[in-house]
Amino acid sequence: MAGINFKLIKNPLSKENPITVQVLGICSALAVTAKLQPAFVMALSVIVVVVFSNLIISLIRNTIPPRIRIIVQLVIVSLLVILVDQILKAFVYDVSKQLSVFVGLIITNCIVMGRLEAFAMNNKPFDSLLDGIGNGIGYAVILVTLGIIRELFGSGTLWGYNVIPQSFYDMGYQDNSLMIMPPMALILVGIIIWIQRARNKDLCEK
Amino acid sequence: MFSNRYIYIYATILVVLSAVILTLAAVGLKPMQDKNVRVEKMQQLLGAVSIQSTPDNAEDLFNKYFIEQHAINSKGEIIGSVINGKQTTGTINPFNLDIKKQMALTKVNDLSASLPIYVCQKDGKKSYVVPVIGNGLWGGIWGNIAFAEDLNTIVGVNFDHKSETPGLGAEIALPDFQNQFKGKTIFDNTNFTSVEVIKRADKNNPHQVDAVSGGTITSNGVTDMLKSCLQFYIPYFNSLKK
Repeated sequence: MAGINFKLIKNPLSKENPITVQVLGICSALAVTAKLQPAFVMALSVIVVVVFSNLIISLIRNTIPPRIRIIVQLVIVSLLVILVDQILKAFVYDVSKQLSVFVGLIITNCIVMGRLEAFAMNNKPFDSLLDGIGNGIGYAVILVTLGIIRELFGSGTLWGYNVIPQSFYDMGYQDNSLMIMPPMALILVGIIIWIQRARNKDLCEK
Repeated sequence: MFSNRYIYIYATILVVLSAVILTLAAVGLKPMQDKNVRVEKMQQLLGAVSIQSTPDNAEDLFNKYFIEQHAINSKGEIIGSVINGKQTTGTINPFNLDIKKQMALTKVNDLSASLPIYVCQKDGKKSYVVPVIGNGLWGGIWGNIAFAEDLNTIVGVNFDHKSETPGLGAEIALPDFQNQFKGKTIFDNTNFTSVEVIKRADKNNPHQVDAVSGGTITSNGVTDMLKSCLQFYIPYFNSLKK
């Protein structure tokens, strides 16, 4: 096994970020980030699914008949997603209720299928594993950032705990209810993309 | 190249293998998932009578306070009872009734429908808790209504929803909205009036509470839910009052 190829982990965090650069997985990024905790659990679930599906597909890549490869990928991904969903239901029931259908929709999350087609089908298992970790974390970083901003300004809490002191509210401060609506998540993603592009000129189209 | 034969065999093995793994997981995790659902239901019932609970102590608190559970039919007769954890009448366990299914039966006047009523004994006072279920704007809404011993005055409610809009319809799940129901009554003398959720409600009117601003359809959903679901219990309430 060759040394760890750190680029595979590092690139998806910044200049190949699945959400802000590849613009994949936006739907779930908007839907589950109103609070930090579901955002975190969702991010974790996606990491698990993308890492293991990358690994499994990469292990069996040479046995997969090309004609049914998409179906094989789907079977593996849905297998993992259903497992994750069942485990969440058994161990963190209240969070799984908040995530509701979105865990199931990881199956159609473009990040997972995208990585399988673009990377795991043509690369060795260990590299695929790293690629999965990188992309999963790249997705997680954005989700958690959104979750923190939206929960802090939308509900005045973090992870369910009050962080904005009562005295602020007494002075007339109010939670911004636009923050907990999906459109604000889109605006925030837009702002993150803007900041990232302003700092990294390579990403700008010519 | 892969032959057709290979593709068929490959696909079959893959699918069967996946099915086996999923079945094992589903069967293995089922007891814990069922327990979560039970505990959640207990917490909601406890919430209606203002008893704070955590997932860990909900079961104990529930068994301590909810001493009687009855399943009643549309004529108001008890067809199954569990008292202090023991089945005393009939074979129906009220706690396990599928409320959604039973409520749908009542809508078509199916006489086999039966719904649960929970009797809570706390600080020497009895209260009667009944479940309600209905539709909001985006999905289902449901809750529990607790009545005082007179079977008229509401002592507490809790509502929950599947996917109402945060900040608007979803406010029905918050204490500010739910506390308005305390002290409201569902009978005007002997006529069933239910409690209406309307705009600019008169605070002194015992049958009205203020709607959620921006959540008109959800608020109407609560009104309809209360009216249609409580209706079922009226014969039972009347039989108790005699």
